[in-house]
Amino acid sequence: MGVIEDYVARIEETCGEEKDFIVIFKYERKDEAVTKILRKAKIKKSISRIIFELTFQNFSFRLYGTGKAIFRNLKDKSELKRLLANLLS
Amino acid sequence: MDPYKIREDFPILKRKINNNPLIYFDNAATTQKPKQVIDAINEFYRNHNANVHRGVHTLSQEASELYEDAHEEVAKFINADSMEEIVFVRGTTEAINLVAYAWGLWNLKKGDEVLVTLMEHHSNIVPWELLSRINGFKVKYADVNDDGTLNYEAFENAISNKTRIVCLPQVSNVTGVVNDVKKIVKMAHEHDSLVLVDGAQSVPHLPVDVKDLDVDFLAFSGHKMLGPTGIGVLYAKREILESMEPFHGGGEMIKDVTFNTVTRRCSISWNDLPWKFEAGTPHICGGVGLMAAVRYLENIGMENVRLHEKMLTGYALRRMQELEKIKIYGPRDASSKCGIIPFGIAGLSSHDVALFLDHYGVMIRSGLHCAQPLHEKFKLKSSARASFYIYNTREEIDRFVEVLKEIE
Ligand SMILES: Cc1ncc(COP(=O)(O)O)c(C=O)c1O
Repeated sequence: MGVIEDYVARIEETCGEEKDFIVIFKYERKDEAVTKILRKAKIKKSISRIIFELTFQNFSFRLYGTGKAIFRNLKDKSELKRLLANLLS
Repeated sequence: MDPYKIREDFPILKRKINNNPLIYFDNAATTQKPKQVIDAINEFYRNHNANVHRGVHTLSQEASELYEDAHEEVAKFINADSMEEIVFVRGTTEAINLVAYAWGLWNLKKGDEVLVTLMEHHSNIVPWELLSRINGFKVKYADVNDDGTLNYEAFENAISNKTRIVCLPQVSNVTGVVNDVKKIVKMAHEHDSLVLVDGAQSVPHLPVDVKDLDVDFLAFSGHKMLGPTGIGVLYAKREILESMEPFHGGGEMIKDVTFNTVTRRCSISWNDLPWKFEAGTPHICGGVGLMAAVRYLENIGMENVRLHEKMLTGYALRRMQELEKIKIYGPRDASSKCGIIPFGIAGLSSHDVALFLDHYGVMIRSGLHCAQPLHEKFKLKSSARASFYIYNTREEIDRFVEVLKEIE
């Protein structure tokens, strides 16, 4: 999981029924992370080039130019980590 | 009051986020701190720091005086009879837990009822649900109307002679709805029930007079009213505090701990109010910071704070309705609420909205705001929430609406 530690500052899990994971990339490496992810995932839609709606390995998620991402409908944190490791490697 | 002048006192408001001027609309979660508060804390640690009470040296006396003055200042601010009715705690959450465990644990039993509302913050639900597992009483929930206002009829129907304590927020942290506390207090007292008011969202935003409201307990947090985190207040009527058992045990809260050589046990007598409820070394500089915050608000005048927020809320509600995909939850009438506006944008989750705004330097909160039952009532998975304070301006609302238009 080395790449996750390299790029990710925090993972916030939201409460309630709508279980989202909000991934916050390290400030100094966020641009690199965003570029990597945009290269790997498929862009479905972009809003003002601020929000990108992406798909990767049958999962859809949203990436923000400010270096944050929201993942939904994941089984658990380990699934998130697996995805992140693939996206950032 | 002049918000532009007030802004000069808040160093953080000069910050840029993602190259945009910071617009801080997350005041219901916590407020920013003026330099008067920052300086008071700084001055305390630079010149007066010592432990309080029972110290004979100069610094200890200075620190004790400041800490006691802070209690006095808070008492005056909410029109309590004296500082003996003001217990410093960590925040609203701890204040409510104090009532649950120092009053409820000893006074509630099977057959009794605790009445709360569906608009409660989790901090006014969980302590009672937890305690009911020990004491076996029932926690009842009074319903709210579809617009988020309290259903007073349901409240009246739910209250009975079994009700021992009624708990409600004066202002909802989700919708900003202001409840008619006086009306509830009257109903509760007619049934011989105590009333605990969660003032986390009211004390910072409107004039609150505990004598006029006749509440038995009032809980609030310093950090939501310009003060530091980790300091909050439980107000309680003196005779109730006197009849209560302590919450935490330790130093400061006792007068004597004498060891009986025959029984080989200690007999303990409690300290005077409010220290009986403040075990251990308290958050002294937190108290000092809170005193500076209270003085700052007193200088502005709480009536002016209320009017400014009402103006901002009315303006924001009007401007937000220009948006096509927006849905504003709760009442749209600024006169019945405080400066909190929950909303959603079709097709986007509340977190998406918050992250989009963050890109432009606008800080709002998203999620359930620790009030899941109310979101369930509204059939919402979450909501975005903008909340205002004394340093916010109409221009900031214009910018906020401009960014929301871009999202649409
Ligand atoms: C209405 C209400 N009650 C209680 C609390 C809890 O306050 P604290 O976290 O400061 O204890 C909050 C905080 O958001 C609140 O808004």
